Amino acid sequence: MSIAAKANALWEYANPRKFLATSERVLPFFWVASIACIVVGLVWGFFFTPDDYKQGSTVKIIYLHVPTALMAINCWLMMLVTSLVWLVRRHHVSALAARAAAPIGIVMTLIALVTGAIWGQPMWGTWWEWDPRLTSFLILFLFYLGYVALWEAIEDPDTAADLTSVLCLVGSVFALLSRYAVNFWNQGLHQGASVMRAGAITGTDTEEKVSNVFFYPLMICIIGFVLLFIALVLYRTGTEIRARRIKALLARERVGG
Amino acid sequence: MIPDLGKYSDTVLSSYVASIVLLVALIVFSVLRGRKVRAEMEKVEQRMMRNG
Repeated sequence: MSIAAKANALWEYANPRKFLATSERVLPFFWVASIACIVVGLVWGFFFTPDDYKQGSTVKIIYLHVPTALMAINCWLMMLVTSLVWLVRRHHVSALAARAAAPIGIVMTLIALVTGAIWGQPMWGTWWEWDPRLTSFLILFLFYLGYVALWEAIEDPDTAADLTSVLCLVGSVFALLSRYAVNFWNQGLHQGASVMRAGAITGTDTEEKVSNVFFYPLMICIIGFVLLFIALVLYRTGTEIRARRIKALLARERVGG
Repeated sequence: MIPDLGKYSDTVLSSYVASIVLLVALIVFSVLRGRKVRAEMEKVEQRMMRNG
């Protein structure tokens, strides 16, 4: 199959029935694989890795903080893509997928902020600092809340999808800043990327990177959180599709009877 | 059997507890709402089929 044909086949999932049938088939795999990876990664990291020579046992927070922070940013980027698909092609499933993903993003951002604050207190001597990365992350969290509130505030689903998609485009600036703020401003307490950096993985740069003893369980946790995100998005999008169908059926019933 | 976390045990344990509580709440809430909506949709569909 050519790339163009494959891309066209992807649009079949814009059909709600096709989306529901496919997601129900693949969901058990994603649920089981995600929970297995997260449990293995956390147990390995918590019980079977040593303390760090600088951070002591607080290094164990990395297994929650890094994957959730990654997912907080990537969740918004996924919402950006699906919002653009809605704006350009008007596929309802893509708008509903963005809506379904937002609460997941809220929880991921909240966990990253909370674990960061708890870690920061003993390591930096403060729960919070108006550092570029922390501040842009807090703004991203507020954008998530605003996004969900906007969906709830507007009765007409198409208008809600339009306005939330525009909000998503604007918020993408902060999603990217959350990732690259350290590189742009080169100031603040938060360190730069030490895990998901090409040079750190290949060993071609000399900057400090995460030791392998922490890296492997961390990678398993990251894979687990990515799979959990996919499972939750598929499941919650199915719920949104059904909720939309209920509204449509009730509207038809009112007109008919 | 919790490993010796030294003077940072409160820091590490509170991070894990807060994160796991939030994750479990997200999953449970998602599944409960999903089941409720699915049941409601089936009820509405059956009612509409009965009424033609």
